[in-house]
Amino acid sequence: MSATVAMMLALAVGTYAFRLVGPVLHGRVELSARVQELLSAGAIVLLVALLTTGALTEGGGFAGWARPAGVLVAGVLAWRRAPFAVVVLGAAATTAVLRVMGLA
Amino acid sequence: MRTAERTARTERTSLVRDSALVWFASGIVGVSFGAIAVADGLPVWAPVVMSLVVYAGSAQFSAVGVLLAGGGPAAAAATGLLLNTRTAAFSLAVADLLGPGRLTRLLGAHLVTDETVAFALAQPDPARRRAAFWISGLGLFAVWNIGVLAGALAGGALGDTATYGLDAAFPAVLVALVLPALREGPAVRRSALLGAALALAVTPAVPAGVPVLVALAGLAVYGRGRGRRTA
Repeated sequence: MSATVAMMLALAVGTYAFRLVGPVLHGRVELSARVQELLSAGAIVLLVALLTTGALTEGGGFAGWARPAGVLVAGVLAWRRAPFAVVVLGAAATTAVLRVMGLA
Repeated sequence: MRTAERTARTERTSLVRDSALVWFASGIVGVSFGAIAVADGLPVWAPVVMSLVVYAGSAQFSAVGVLLAGGGPAAAAATGLLLNTRTAAFSLAVADLLGPGRLTRLLGAHLVTDETVAFALAQPDPARRRAAFWISGLGLFAVWNIGVLAGALAGGALGDTATYGLDAAFPAVLVALVLPALREGPAVRRSALLGAALALAVTPAVPAGVPVLVALAGLAVYGRGRGRRTA
């Protein structure tokens, strides 16, 4: 059980240290408008990479068709400015229905 | 004055309404995390305490997965930490929303997650971004941890959450939140497309967590950016 505790502690402390990077640097280091803009852009780039790999891959391989199909529906709905709930539920429903129909 | 108050209240209501959906989906994922961890042999307190102190869904799933597969605590922690390196970049992007007090900054830092950062950055002005960060962050923290506790106590009653298409809901949340930024900024769009392509290309070859970091190389084509101050 001490192995579990050690793992949890290391992960908790390390993760919190990552999360403190922003607040610790904020106000101490004067960031130019250019750097601030790059940070916002970087966050969007990370999020798009997360959603793309999350939609298409699972454990390093292809996630199957049902999930990306659902996310694609979300993309179309969001592009057409559908409400947030419609976008998210549309994706989940599409994927769930495709799975019921036997598509992985 | 009354109009301003009413506007603020309407904004809060709409932020809560949109957050609630993310809370709901995360709560169910939390239930499955608690259930899986206990079903695979951890004591009930382990996933519960872990969710409170680590509070990062994907890292928790991966670390417990490695641990239960016999990978040892060091490998398990390293896997989770690699996945969480991105939170350093996210905490920088939302640093101005966490203050002003020292305690609020320390507390707010713990609430930095993919969904909450995306939700905050999707708002049009600083006041709304701040409100969105705290509403989404505090709600998500509460729901996630209640979900994990419920799952750890109830076990596998929920079955496989993939049946409900929940695995598609999370990328979909991010799609809805980043699309406005992608629509308006050609430079961000360029960088994000290149970054996502790079991340996909390296996914089969590198450990989990690395692909999204590789995506940051997409910023190389950001150029001069939006150039809000033209000429």
